[in-house]
Amino acid sequence: MKITRSEVEHVARLARLELSDSELDTFTGQMDGILAYVEKLNALDTDGIVPTSHAVPMENAFRPDQPADSIGVEAALANAPQRAESFFRVPKVIE
Amino acid sequence: MKYQVVIGLEVHTQLTTNTKIFCGCSTRFGAEPNSQTCPVCLGFPGALPVLNKQVVENAILAGLATNCSITQRNVFARKNYFYPDLPKGYQISQFDLPICQHGHLDIEVDGERKRIGITRIHMEEDAGKLVHADIPGVDDSCVDLNRACTPLLEIVSEPDMRSPDEAIAYLKKLHQIVMYLGICDGNLEEGSFRCDANVSLMPVGSTVFGTRAELKNINSFKFIKQAIEYEIERQAEILDDGGKVIQETRLFDPNTGTTRSMRGKEEAHDYRYFPDPDLVPVLIPDQWIEDVRATLPELPEAKRARYVAELGLPEYDAEVLVSSRELAAYYEETVALFPQAKTVSNWVMGEVSRALNEDNNRSITDCPVTPALLADLLKLMEKGTISGKIAKTVFDEMYKSGKAPEKIVEEKGLVQVSDTGAIEAMVDEVLNNNPAQVEQYRGGKETVFGFFVGQVMRASKGKANPAVVNELLLKKLQG
Repeated sequence: MKITRSEVEHVARLARLELSDSELDTFTGQMDGILAYVEKLNALDTDGIVPTSHAVPMENAFRPDQPADSIGVEAALANAPQRAESFFRVPKVIE
Repeated sequence: MKYQVVIGLEVHTQLTTNTKIFCGCSTRFGAEPNSQTCPVCLGFPGALPVLNKQVVENAILAGLATNCSITQRNVFARKNYFYPDLPKGYQISQFDLPICQHGHLDIEVDGERKRIGITRIHMEEDAGKLVHADIPGVDDSCVDLNRACTPLLEIVSEPDMRSPDEAIAYLKKLHQIVMYLGICDGNLEEGSFRCDANVSLMPVGSTVFGTRAELKNINSFKFIKQAIEYEIERQAEILDDGGKVIQETRLFDPNTGTTRSMRGKEEAHDYRYFPDPDLVPVLIPDQWIEDVRATLPELPEAKRARYVAELGLPEYDAEVLVSSRELAAYYEETVALFPQAKTVSNWVMGEVSRALNEDNNRSITDCPVTPALLADLLKLMEKGTISGKIAKTVFDEMYKSGKAPEKIVEEKGLVQVSDTGAIEAMVDEVLNNNPAQVEQYRGGKETVFGFFVGQVMRASKGKANPAVVNELLLKKLQG
């Protein structure tokens, strides 16, 4: 096994996903299959090769520090499920 | 048991760029909630971040000023967690390739110098702000995303500090440096310079660190000291009772001076970092580093040493004058016009600082008595046109009106009287009016001399040249 049921459970919790027992079984099996497939890459000798972080051969894309227009409060909040004055309104967060 | 505290600090400095790190929205403080937002900082699907070049330059500056090596190939990473102030569900940060590494700062506590290691400095975006907005009928939390995507440098120290005082010394030094560099406004209350402290205890003599607690939410130097001191007590009590310190995040409460556990964060450290595919790598060639190095200002430590070595100032003066870049600039500008380093230092630390303090802690950059005006005043004093005492009166008047010292001296008739004839007349009058004191003096009570000087100065409304007064009095009394 490349991945255990409890690892899938843990990852699901981090992603705020609630999975039923049968879903957990299904996903554990599927993910195990995916990891086993990807593991074929380990057969390659990658010593001395810098890990690839990006697929595009490009670097140093910058913008100058010059202000651009914001979209405005109304547009920003247009899709908010709930608002309060100019704020996004969310369930109470207690710290 | 006796314990040794071990402290490491993480400082988040908000950069003073005009715009956010990955979009062109303004970073101005205090605007209407959510008015400085766009699809990028709101985390709308499909919006693409583009890196603000100024952030990279500021990070290089910070690294050079703290003796770091600059990483020449930088990659941004996503730090994944859910919180209502983080619209994308991840924070764009740096993970295994931070822009600066292996630096240090030297601090001084009770006359002892100590080197504090800097593990890393990395670039990242800030989260938004969760507020309790005090809107009638709304008990929920409110989110303002104006701050989301604001550029931060996170500066992480080694666990090298062994007392709250060392922690404060390090923080003040770091604070001074980012202010000198002009990359952070240094405002602790507004959250531009935020500190988290990792605190653990180990038995004195041990070299194995204990379990640490991470203290958050501390927004003044005083609170940092309080929070660490409280935490030392708390952990010592647990250890003395045979218990174990739990690794956790604790919030400092400024009202009680205590820290308390943040619940439900036990899984929060599983951030699943991975390279952000939306941002291409940042390569920093040597030439770029050298170009930035050329813009480094003289830093406080070098300045202080120069004031002592080249200007001959006492250590104390040098320390005070370099405390802020603006104060040092004021001092240097004045010395350039009136090259008597110690006299200028006395005035800047004395009259100038006093006047600014009494004026609601007004900023030195806003001082009505400019370096040029102060130099003019000191020149008048040096020429003997006015006495030192009168100079202080003139200074106060300059501070109030912004007028040139010559004009004030002229308008108020404050020119020092050095004319021997005029002073002699006043001396004679004082001696004639006080025959009893004259008798005392001649009878050997020499302390009365000060009384005569005072009387003559008063008669001249402070304008008599004190040297001439002394000389004439002595001559008459002994004659």
